[in-house]
Amino acid sequence: MLKIKNLHTAIEGTEILKGIDLEVNKGEIHAIMGPNGSGKSTLASVLAGRELFEITQGEIIYEGKNLLEMNPEERAKEGIFLGFQYPVEIPGVSMMNFLKTALNEQRKHKGMEPLKSSDFLKMVREKKELVQIDSNLTNRSVNEGFSGGEKKRNEIFQMAMLNPKLSILDETDSGLDIDALRIVANGVNSLKSEDNATIVITHYQRLLNYIIPDKVHVLYEGKIVKSGDKNLAFELENKGYEWLAKEVSTE
Amino acid sequence: MEKNKDNILHKYTQNEYKHGWVTDIESDTIPKGLNEDVIRMISKKKNEPQFLLDFRLKAYRYWKEMQMPSWAHLSIPEINYQDIVYYSAPKQKAGTKSMDDVDPELQKTFDRLGIPIDEQKRLAGVAVDAVMDSSSVKTTFKEKLAEKGIIFCSFSEAVQNHPDLIKEYMGTVVPYTDNYFAALNSAVFSDGSFCYIPKGVKTPMELSTYFRINAANTGQFERTLIVAEDDSYVSYLEGCTAPIRDNNQLHAAIVEIVAKNNAHVKYSTVQNWYPGDKNGKGGIYNFVTKRGMAQGNNSKISWTQVETGSAITWKYPSVILRGDNAVGEFYSVAVTNNHQQADTGTKMIHIGKNTKSTIVSKGISAGYSNNSYRGLVKITKNAENARNFSQCDSMLMGDKCGAHTFPYIETNNKTAIVEHEATTSKIGEDQIFYCNQRGINEEDAIGLIVNGYAKEVINKLPMEFAVEAQTLLQISLEGSVG
Repeated sequence: MLKIKNLHTAIEGTEILKGIDLEVNKGEIHAIMGPNGSGKSTLASVLAGRELFEITQGEIIYEGKNLLEMNPEERAKEGIFLGFQYPVEIPGVSMMNFLKTALNEQRKHKGMEPLKSSDFLKMVREKKELVQIDSNLTNRSVNEGFSGGEKKRNEIFQMAMLNPKLSILDETDSGLDIDALRIVANGVNSLKSEDNATIVITHYQRLLNYIIPDKVHVLYEGKIVKSGDKNLAFELENKGYEWLAKEVSTE
Repeated sequence: MEKNKDNILHKYTQNEYKHGWVTDIESDTIPKGLNEDVIRMISKKKNEPQFLLDFRLKAYRYWKEMQMPSWAHLSIPEINYQDIVYYSAPKQKAGTKSMDDVDPELQKTFDRLGIPIDEQKRLAGVAVDAVMDSSSVKTTFKEKLAEKGIIFCSFSEAVQNHPDLIKEYMGTVVPYTDNYFAALNSAVFSDGSFCYIPKGVKTPMELSTYFRINAANTGQFERTLIVAEDDSYVSYLEGCTAPIRDNNQLHAAIVEIVAKNNAHVKYSTVQNWYPGDKNGKGGIYNFVTKRGMAQGNNSKISWTQVETGSAITWKYPSVILRGDNAVGEFYSVAVTNNHQQADTGTKMIHIGKNTKSTIVSKGISAGYSNNSYRGLVKITKNAENARNFSQCDSMLMGDKCGAHTFPYIETNNKTAIVEHEATTSKIGEDQIFYCNQRGINEEDAIGLIVNGYAKEVINKLPMEFAVEAQTLLQISLEGSVG
């Protein structure tokens, strides 16, 4: 589904990602872990098409297409979803109107008719239940006045509504208490299927108690320095990132 | 990515002003220039009673002694008042028999603007007075409204059929001495709408005037007068467009509203005059005096405006709160893009006891434009327990435009409570990216964000206009973020 080859990116002349190789297949959940400043969020932004970053080298192939030639909305319509670390507020724009617009844009792309209002509302009800979202959340403006936890749950709710092929969750666990964490994880797990894939970006191991990854990668100073199965996450939790830093520097 | 941006920009430039076409129709046009003879000629063409000619001449003599004011935050090229045509009326074809027959060319014009003046075609309950250049083309649903005693007709017709009402109310809210452009309008006004709601009557439909400038080098100077008797209600809409021309055209109108005891007048404007091209060439100068007199106890006057057009907009729809418990409201969205300029806002003059006013102004500036809010809240000595709440928000798109706020507050009564809030925000690249990431393109994202920002005002518009206003906001701002 996704193949990243030797990806280098820079912002204002400073290299952030220094040669990333990553392959994600359908049905898989990948976790990308790493200390602050290692380039995790940059990778998420680059996949979603944020223009802040310059691609200096490498390529990204998504579903057989050159992802770097697609603009952000095309990527979204082709099934890429980014759960934002800091979801932005859009005052005055109702969550329902926003979601309906997004959903219908994606349907149009697939050659489908816009969703009927009654079907849309039915879908909202179902998905809300899935992520156990408070009912009044949908009557408000996009993320406006939402608490940190509500914003994150709202991201998962949107993910459920848009049913993406590849979801990238950028530190969705940060700032969540244990109950919210469990809800978010349940959402992700119940949306998992044979046909989609998820990249979970996280600083801490604790989210991985609820979402079991097929693969864990450690990002350190712009490179994936180690990959393994879920046990790698436990190892990191016990030993900390310094252990890897030492390993890298002695290489 | 860059290539794609170019494409979007290209598309935007293709998608310019939609109403810029010209109707090819013969006009009865007088020569350029302004003097007493021209005024006599206009008055004679309209077969006016002596009192009106006297009024015009007094106004003209007063205007001649005045200087054009220069205090606004606007850069206005010098206007040569002798280079303007002060009267131009589309000639109706000879075959038209009754007043209700409209020349097919004119019918087509208003059809194309989405303002069908054929009553059979009107689905929504809106009565229209269609004004092109200096004269009213047709007023719909006149008879139906007359059943309730409502008078809704062109100003010229009112002068013929209801001269007493005109004499009683014209110039009482905006005297010809009020300001430079009010004096000019009083001297040369040609048509407009008149609306009289009798005691206890609520208008069964929206009343509206649609102004269209068609002829070149012509100024449009219309007057609208609305009188709402005790316990009456009227919702009034106004829309305007003009063809694309390289020259600037002057539009200097007067709107006067009188609201008596318990009367409620709601006046909504969607202003979409030609704004000039991307380099600031051409466009309408929209210098208008709009004022309501909430003279009765418990009377209420609300102004709602969505301003996206005109090269320069300069106006302050105001309310004089004379009656006790009178209410004045001003809800405005003003958009400026490219080289447009706007200095607009309101005046709320509190005279009666327990009077209340609300001001919500949302400015959006893009391109190289300048957008100013200027407002006065005045609490006079006897206005016990007056209340005002003002909220002025500015949104900037890009870094070459300007937003300015000039609030004036004069309080002469200690019981007054006046609140003023102001914010300035920038349309965020991160907001647009968030929309993009959900599959919404840049153009639609801007539309969503701007409409969200302006929602509070748009919600005050009648349904038919709200949809038009939303689309208009989006079109006006196309290509302004990149």
